[in-house]
Amino acid sequence: MSPKRIVLRFGTDISVKPIIYRLVKDYDLVVNIVKADVNPQKEGTMVLEVIGDQSEDGLNYLRNLGVSVQDLNQGIVRNEEKCVMCGACTGICPTGALYMERPSMEVRFDGDQCIVCLLCTKVCPMRAMEVHL
Amino acid sequence: MSVEKTYAEINAKIKEGLAVVVTAEELIALVAEKGLSKAAQEVDVVTTGTFAPMCSSGAFLSLGHTKPRMKMQKVWLNGVGAYTGIAAVDAYIGAAELPEDDPLNSNYPGEFRYGGGHVIQDLVARKPIKLKALGYGTDCYPRRNLETTITLDEMNEAILFNPRNAYQNYNCAVNLTDRTVYTYMGMLKPHLGNANFSTSGQLSPLLKDPYFKTIGVGTKIFLGGGVGYVAWNGTQHFPSMMSDSSQELGGAGGTLAVMGDLKQMSPRWLVGTSFLGYGATLSVGIGVPIPILNEEIARYAAKTDEELFAPIVDYGEAYPAFTPGNLGYVSYADLKSGKIQVNGKEIISAPLSSMPRAREIAATLKSWIQKGEFLLTEPVKSLPSPSDGIIAHSIKED
Repeated sequence: MSPKRIVLRFGTDISVKPIIYRLVKDYDLVVNIVKADVNPQKEGTMVLEVIGDQSEDGLNYLRNLGVSVQDLNQGIVRNEEKCVMCGACTGICPTGALYMERPSMEVRFDGDQCIVCLLCTKVCPMRAMEVHL
Repeated sequence: MSVEKTYAEINAKIKEGLAVVVTAEELIALVAEKGLSKAAQEVDVVTTGTFAPMCSSGAFLSLGHTKPRMKMQKVWLNGVGAYTGIAAVDAYIGAAELPEDDPLNSNYPGEFRYGGGHVIQDLVARKPIKLKALGYGTDCYPRRNLETTITLDEMNEAILFNPRNAYQNYNCAVNLTDRTVYTYMGMLKPHLGNANFSTSGQLSPLLKDPYFKTIGVGTKIFLGGGVGYVAWNGTQHFPSMMSDSSQELGGAGGTLAVMGDLKQMSPRWLVGTSFLGYGATLSVGIGVPIPILNEEIARYAAKTDEELFAPIVDYGEAYPAFTPGNLGYVSYADLKSGKIQVNGKEIISAPLSSMPRAREIAATLKSWIQKGEFLLTEPVKSLPSPSDGIIAHSIKED
């Protein structure tokens, strides 16, 4: 079974709750935390890989708590009209989702590798990387 | 026997559709296959290209008169101020100008989503632009206020005039400090986290004619998707040849001032650009044809990414402090490979200059020349070359 890659977004009320523990303990899920930004006083985001028969039940548990659960590769989209294939994004993309083909030096975007860190949306000089919620 | 050709001979061949035109990358392949002498004999014109952010860019706009007449003392285009210290309804919109209400870096790092470069792109995209002007009123120009919309085609003249473009070579930027810095060379992560560079290397116009043997005042070029001309040397034109133990490492420091009719250019080749924490600018597409008048010119036009180098500079501390020196040199072949060595550490390198777009420019210019639509111009004046030994000045403070 291949892992389900999801993005969680949640408010300050959730940040203090051990939700990942519940996914493991109550729903018997194998959870790999790819990226997490969780602070007690702030809204949090988390990127997870989840494997398990009860994964839908586990995600519903999160939704019932008020956590936004989203498939990962829906988050970031490249605006092909705006992208000039300079490559500025390829030096800062932490997972290599944005990379250059060589020798053509054309920029490619592999949404499966994207962890929605949003760095490219700020660093792209043409603002060609867009967040689609 | 070494080959000698003239501009007139090459133009005669272009008119007959017989000129042999190749891009700088195609010339490299040809030299590898047939040798330099044979390639220099066969090829008449080599085309180059670059597409990158070039801050010293802008456009003179002659907006047309209002009724009653107005001497515009302040002008804003989509909220971005244009310089009006010239005649009544003339203004210059600079690529790096920002809206007056832009938060700048007050919320660091600032986003700089819209500026003069974006206004220029919107103009050539034929979008209506909000024009606001203020005047102080004179007997001949009584009007004091104007708010309307205007398009490029409604203006009398729109002349792209970029005082410094097509930098011959540029620093490879890194950051030695322990904090992320946001520069005109992009975001640089601490402790040599990444390296950015901004030249098309073996396709870059001035790297292919480092001694300015063919590129001079009046040279006809591809500019912003249309036709333009080299107007003069660019500002901060400090041509030199970098070398390391008698080996040439490529040209450095030459620049071009270029101009052309904005109305025949395209938003694909003049693109508003934003650098996080730095500012707004304009990415400009430029292609310069190099006539192969002799083997010497061909030899430089055929320089490869392996033979052309960029200095590595620390933008964390050395650059802002104006400390001379660098961290060594790196070839464009290494830079384009995506990984370079700096201070013994392997780091990711990324371009700010689009290679696919540079190739497209060189190919477009090639097709214009092949079709006989674009003839070469012999410079009316040479530009200063490395032998002129121009020295850079810095501001002396009292």
